[in-house]
Amino acid sequence: MARLKTIARRTFLVGSAAVVGGVAFGYYSLRKEPPNPLLKGLKSGQAAITPYVRVDSEGVTLITPRADKGQGAYSIQAHLIAEELDVDPHKVRIDPGPPDTAYFNSRIMDDSLPFATIDEGVMARGARGGGEVLSRLLGMQITGGSSTVPDGYHKLRVAGAVARETLKEAAARRSGVPRSQLKTSDGRVILPDGKSVSYAELAAEAAQIAPITDVALRPEKEWRYIGKNMRRIDIVAKSTGTQRYGIDVRLDGMVYATVRTNPGMGGTIKRYDASNAEKMRGVKKIVPIKDGVGVIADNTWRAFHAAEAIKIEWNDPPYPADSAGMWKVLEGSFSKDQQDSRLRNDGDVEKAFAGASKSIEAEYRTPYLAHAPLEPMNAVVLYTKQRIDIWTGTQIPVFLRAHAAKLTQLPEEKVYVHAQPIGGSFGARLDDTYALQAIELAMAMEGVPVKMTWSREENMAHDYPRPIQLSRAKGSVRDGKVESMSIDIAGQSMGASWFNRLQAPVPPGPDTTSVNGIWDQPFSIPNYRVTGYRTKEMVPVSPWRSVGASGNGFHHASFLDELIYAAGADPMSELIRLCNHEPSKAVLHTLRDISDWKGVRLDDRRARGVALTLSFGVPMAQVVEISDTAQGIKIEKVFAVCDVGRILDPINFEAQVQGGIIWALGHAMNCELTYENFAPNQTNFHVFEAMRFRQVPEIIIKGLELGKEVRGLGEPPVPPAAPALANAIFALTGKRVRELPLNKSVKFA
Amino acid sequence: MQLTVNGKNHDLDVEPEMPLLWVLRDELGILGPKYGCGAGLCGACTVHVDGSAVRSCSITAGEVRGNVTTIEGLGTPSNPHIVQQAWIDHQVAQCGYCQSGQMMTAAAFLSKTPEPSESQISDAMSGNLCRCGTYTRIHSAVKTAAQMTKGK
Repeated sequence: MARLKTIARRTFLVGSAAVVGGVAFGYYSLRKEPPNPLLKGLKSGQAAITPYVRVDSEGVTLITPRADKGQGAYSIQAHLIAEELDVDPHKVRIDPGPPDTAYFNSRIMDDSLPFATIDEGVMARGARGGGEVLSRLLGMQITGGSSTVPDGYHKLRVAGAVARETLKEAAARRSGVPRSQLKTSDGRVILPDGKSVSYAELAAEAAQIAPITDVALRPEKEWRYIGKNMRRIDIVAKSTGTQRYGIDVRLDGMVYATVRTNPGMGGTIKRYDASNAEKMRGVKKIVPIKDGVGVIADNTWRAFHAAEAIKIEWNDPPYPADSAGMWKVLEGSFSKDQQDSRLRNDGDVEKAFAGASKSIEAEYRTPYLAHAPLEPMNAVVLYTKQRIDIWTGTQIPVFLRAHAAKLTQLPEEKVYVHAQPIGGSFGARLDDTYALQAIELAMAMEGVPVKMTWSREENMAHDYPRPIQLSRAKGSVRDGKVESMSIDIAGQSMGASWFNRLQAPVPPGPDTTSVNGIWDQPFSIPNYRVTGYRTKEMVPVSPWRSVGASGNGFHHASFLDELIYAAGADPMSELIRLCNHEPSKAVLHTLRDISDWKGVRLDDRRARGVALTLSFGVPMAQVVEISDTAQGIKIEKVFAVCDVGRILDPINFEAQVQGGIIWALGHAMNCELTYENFAPNQTNFHVFEAMRFRQVPEIIIKGLELGKEVRGLGEPPVPPAAPALANAIFALTGKRVRELPLNKSVKFA
Repeated sequence: MQLTVNGKNHDLDVEPEMPLLWVLRDELGILGPKYGCGAGLCGACTVHVDGSAVRSCSITAGEVRGNVTTIEGLGTPSNPHIVQQAWIDHQVAQCGYCQSGQMMTAAAFLSKTPEPSESQISDAMSGNLCRCGTYTRIHSAVKTAAQMTKGK
């Protein structure tokens, strides 16, 4: 890792011209396909035609290296390979494969570059190419950034086609019939006389052939899966309680463990007294670990119970002890020396303000938010002096492998990461602290598998939340139009915090993540300036579903709505007028039509708000309709329209949009982490509830397929929901709520 | 201690204050019920005791009076319960971690309320959290399961 750090620092400065030079300089060698990791460890009679397809006498295994956190990644990867390979994804085996640089993600850096994801200029495309090279160099096998589909859309189909043609070649050599006269169907090669041979039977011969890489992808009209309703490969298991997650791994002789680490994340442990815990039933060992202590027992509950009985004194972490102190740090960071970026500076806002007849100022706040997936962090580890096996869900298996090697002093090839299906992540499993803790415990139990599970309380306190952000916005209007908008926004860098923790190089240059969702929005406001200020690191943080835009969408789209009201304009009409990006404009037009928009007020007890946020290349606009009830504000309906280029699976498309909206509205309504004595006050779901079944609105969705690029959809539904709701609250009550969660200011039914 | 789970009797040597969830998961290896919160807040651990939905994280082994049914006892991949079939047909699950509990809640509810109103469904299902936000499809699946039960 250290070597890569140096390379990355010296040569590939993402976001600077060096990257463009680097691309031209060494592009071809860096573009070469990395070696196929499946060839190692291949047994006789098995063929690994590409890193994504393994065939043996038992049948076909599709390798789906992007983690499935519930977003359907395994299923869509399998369908993309199967589209060309001619197998039924429900009849073949699916395996996430080993951690390997061959599975690098070519698109993960797109959103951290100082070019809007819709920018198709030369510099932007060059930087994106550089991002791909950097990702390849670092072996960034990572799941995140709604990139599974954009990254895999082409390459997984190519992998399927290469495997198909190679299997056909094997059949051609066996039968003497030229490959061009062979067809494939449902896992078999079909000869002209109607006879057929299964892929499994061809495995041994296919393994002897150099893969046929000169392949053409099928035209759209021949697609069987893409664009049609797919059946998730895991749907039966997940509907019958038979799906196994990391937390369900059971091995012979396994013991059960948990940990308690400093609830002030980043703080260390001073001393502990485990004399009571040691005597408790089932306790096998108490083990000091980094920043805390672990308990190994014969049952998870006994481990939890004993861990609670340990008396621990902590050292304070290096940041303010409470939320008030943390906000103070942000309030004091709008200074020249803390300015980190000014990625947008159109027109001249200062001049516009000086001449403005009406200007508005506002301050917006978004809170720390936990990812809190329902499956608490866990890992099963079996350590010996010769090798280590780790069963866990992770979004970056290659990093976990490197960290495990460093911790155990074993070479990386002796570290076996067995990626597990994940019970929700939302960014939580971009970190691997939990797995490293399990390794520490397993090293104290050589030869005995250890399952480590965080209690929910441990999980809430160690979630690496989304950071707090504070913005100071100013704008002016003229002649019924928005004339200028300046947003200064301060916060700690989630990227820097996260990369440092992962011992990965922090991309130099401006921290785009902290301003995404504000600077890169598709609007032509004559004077439009966005300035980012970086505060020192406080609570260690990480990306949360939709990353920078998750909170920034609220800062931007709420303030824009304020300006539109000040101009006396209709929010929908003014957003359309200001919009300068054709797909975004089409999204707004469609939203206006499907919601039958006739203004913000429906009647004396119902009102609407609208917002558009472009994130991960996807313009997503939503109308939220609310009503005033005796119990409080009720969210009645949400209309959502977006453009993702192409909808691969209409069923999962709808599920992701519904889920993203419910996620966003729930957290906007009632979720935050507030701190006291360095630890979050929110210890469980009674005070971090999000949306309950009874609060769910009707959701009406329309997906457009306009763009040239195929985009991912796990995250884009999130950012516009909170501002659309807050804008509706203003329309209904006249109260402009500028801080999340909204239940600090209004009551929800 | 004696416990009957999915029709099978078990002799157990556990302290009576151990929550049923951890008896099922760590002592018996029955993994369908999930640990989510440990405090009866999320519903991922829901099982039936004599047909009633119970949070297995919040009832101790010593308090169980009756037969325990977990999601594994409700139906199987080859022979799913009506509720499970509705969950399959509507492709409800995303991560799926909460769904065992959702289905156990729905099954107990529908067995007692075969023709539920909208507000009854809402009351019954609001105690189960889904972080992925599959509520819209849970709603459709519960209604389908109710119709399938009626047609049977």
